[in-house]
This record gives sequence, structure tokens and C-alpha cells, in this order.
Amino acid sequence: MEEVKLLGWWVSPFSRRVELALKLKDLAHKSQLLLEYNPVHKKVPVLVHNGKTMAESLVILEYIDETWPNNPILPRNPYDKAMARFWAQFIEEKCNGGLWKIMWCKDEEERGKLVEEASQCFITLEGELKGNKFFGGEEIGMVDIAANFIGYWLGVVQEVSGMELVTRDKFPVLCKWMDEFVEHSVVKETLPPRDELHAEFEARLGAPSWKY
Amino acid sequence: MGKKNQPLQFDDDDDDEVVLFGTWSSSRCTRVEIALKQKGIPYRYVEVDLQNKGELFLSYNPVHKAVPVLVHNGKPIAESLIILEYIDEFWSDRGPKLLPEDPYQRAQVRFWSNFHDDKMIPATFKMVLTGGKEEEVEKAVKEFDELLTVFEQGIQRDLPAAFGPHRSDDGEAMGFLEIVVGINVCNYAAIEEAIAGMIDEAKHPAFASWVNAITEKPLMKELLPRHDQLVAKIKGMLASMP
Repeated sequence: MEEVKLLGWWVSPFSRRVELALKLKDLAHKSQLLLEYNPVHKKVPVLVHNGKTMAESLVILEYIDETWPNNPILPRNPYDKAMARFWAQFIEEKCNGGLWKIMWCKDEEERGKLVEEASQCFITLEGELKGNKFFGGEEIGMVDIAANFIGYWLGVVQEVSGMELVTRDKFPVLCKWMDEFVEHSVVKETLPPRDELHAEFEARLGAPSWKY
Repeated sequence: MGKKNQPLQFDDDDDDEVVLFGTWSSSRCTRVEIALKQKGIPYRYVEVDLQNKGELFLSYNPVHKAVPVLVHNGKPIAESLIILEYIDEFWSDRGPKLLPEDPYQRAQVRFWSNFHDDKMIPATFKMVLTGGKEEEVEKAVKEFDELLTVFEQGIQRDLPAAFGPHRSDDGEAMGFLEIVVGINVCNYAAIEEAIAGMIDEAKHPAFASWVNAITEKPLMKELLPRHDQLVAKIKGMLASMP
């Protein structure tokens, strides 16, 4: 009897990536999705499969794809797979990393520079869509899942902070992807309710403890 | 034995063209060379002048503009850990596999490789950034020591076989983690001579004996950057600091 357990935090996009992958693989019905773990007290997300524990959302995504090969989230061709990994890492380190710095930056001049850098990253990222519905092509894949913060959470952050980094006139292609992403039937199920997320960000924008 | 001497010659009927862009002192580049050589994949090495990168190199890695970049039949791949996985997957029938077969073990190898690259390598670089100032050096050594403790304990818990005797049939072949982590032994040694020792071997016997064993592997001996050249490089960096 297989046991799959996700320990995560409902607010965190990192936890939701893993939930999304499990749902795409039709595993949600036999998994325990426990999303009340506050990352201040416990490292999340953590996947437990038959008693074996793993951490780090992108590492977990690869594990899920290798263990349950149905509905693949990574391409099978080695070169395309390398490209998917490259863009997932780019999103994590440059896009999300950049946004993170902007959110906590108090100095206006410094923030201006960070916004310019982040804009460059989004221009680069937009280029990778290449006229496709998703980064994964017709269906979402690893790169789309990695970009979930941009796809949904960023909108809420912009509302709360007043920051206008990714707007429809500046990034029409990326915004179109965001529309498709949040409308995707499986993705929808993993998005925390907007008003609750809004309240959470408003309360926490002074403390970076929720980033994992 | 100097490394990176002559570029390899391709046979006329060789279908694959593999080019590695790197710099001699970068352990991230040496990793890729070890993987290619261990798998017996012929390649051409191109040393990149980081002060003058050139159009061709930049066209292969416009996003990060960094080494290493592997170009396989004209298609570029950047980021050393991604390159290693590509080599393992594309040439899966050549030589021993770099990553374990079991998905759980693969996850642990990836997790600890990321930890090493994201935390331990920057902490190593901080040693150089201290400029040799005693108080800063002490802080940097302490920070690295804490990370090393986490790493060592983590490996012993999650990959207990990793520090043990190598399990491959070919006693000289190295696995992913050995290549990723073992490479930096040359940096630890050079930093020790130029600045101060980073690793308390008495405190970390498992890590120390593992890394020392890796140093003895023939490919490490052949490809690691030369100690005296690394020391000179670090001393040069220290000298140029205020």
C-alpha cells in the first residue's frame, strides 16, 4: 500500500508546486495533502513517499516525474529536458529571487535598479514562450509549475504593495500565459483563495519567514 | 601534470561534435571534463577569456554569460549540474552512470549537490573575499564549518553509502556527488596555503577521508587545476583588494 504525504504551507507557492505535480499525475486522491505546516517551525514542502522524506520543491518535482511516469512534466528528450531544467532554475534564481529582493527592499533607488533587472528577466522569460500556450507547449510542464509564483502570487503581491512590475501593456505575452495558467483546470485547484492570500501578504510583508 | 593541454582530435566519421567552453580555474568546468572523460566522450575544450568573452561564447550563453557551457552538435547547455545530468542521460550507454538509478537516491544526490553549490561554494569564496584579514577569516572559517557539519550529517543520514568505499565495479569511476563536491578539494588546498585552512579534519573525519580518497582518483589527478597556479591566482586576488 503506497503512502504519499505532502507536508506544506497553504500560502507558499513552493508547497503548491508539489501539490500541482501530484494532481497532474492523478495522485491527489491517494495522497495526504497537509498544508498547515508553518515554515517557521518546520521545513516545507516535504514529500514523504513510503516513509522516505525529501525536500526542495524542484527536486521533489523530478522525483515525482521519475516515480510516476504518467502525464510527464519534463520532456523525455535529453536536450529538451536540460532546457526545461535551465528555465526552471532561471525562474527560481533570477525571476523569483529578483522579486523577493524587490519586495523587501526599503531603499527606493536600489529598488529601482532591482526592478530594471527583474524586467530584463521577464523579457527573457517571455521569449521562451515562443508562441505556445504554456512553457511546456500545449500542456503545462515543469517550467510552468516553477513559474507558479509569477502566474498567480505575483498579482496579489502587486496589489498589496502597489508595485507594478508585470503589467499587461509591458508584458502582454507573459500576462496571456498567466491567464492560461490560472484557468488551467488542475492549476485552479492548487491556488489559495485570493482574498485569504491578500490578507496573509498584508500581514506578513514585514517578515520573510514564509519563503521556502 | 598540467591539465587542459591539447584539444582532442575528432575522427572524420564521428557524428557527435562536443565543445566545452570553460576556464582553467573553475571547478564547475572541471566537473564537466571529468564526466566527459569518464564516459569516454571526445570533446574540444575552449578556454574563455572572462575579460573578453567574444561573440561566439556569448551567443551560446546569452542569459548568464558564464562558464561552463557544453555545445553538443551546435546546441548549447549551460549550468554545470544540468550539463552533468545531460551527459548522463544522452550518453546513458557509455560507462558507469553518474547518478544512481533509484529515484529517492537521485533526489538526495540532487538535494545535497544543490546545498553544496548554493551554500558551500559561496562560503568558500568568502574566504578569499576576507582579503586575509584575521577576524574576517575566522568568521568565514566558522561559517563554512557549520555548513560542512550540516552537509556531513545530511549525507550520513540520507546517503549513508556515499562516504563509504565506492560501490562501482570500476573502482576508479566517480559518481555525481563525488564529481560535484570532490572537485573543490583543490580550492580548499589552495586557500589553505594562500590564506588559512578551512577544514578541521579531526572534526570532520568522514568528509575528510572521503574527499582525500577522491583526490587520488586518476581523473582528478589529471584534470584538477594545478595547485601552484591556484595559489598564485588567489594571492593575486588578495593583492588587488583594498
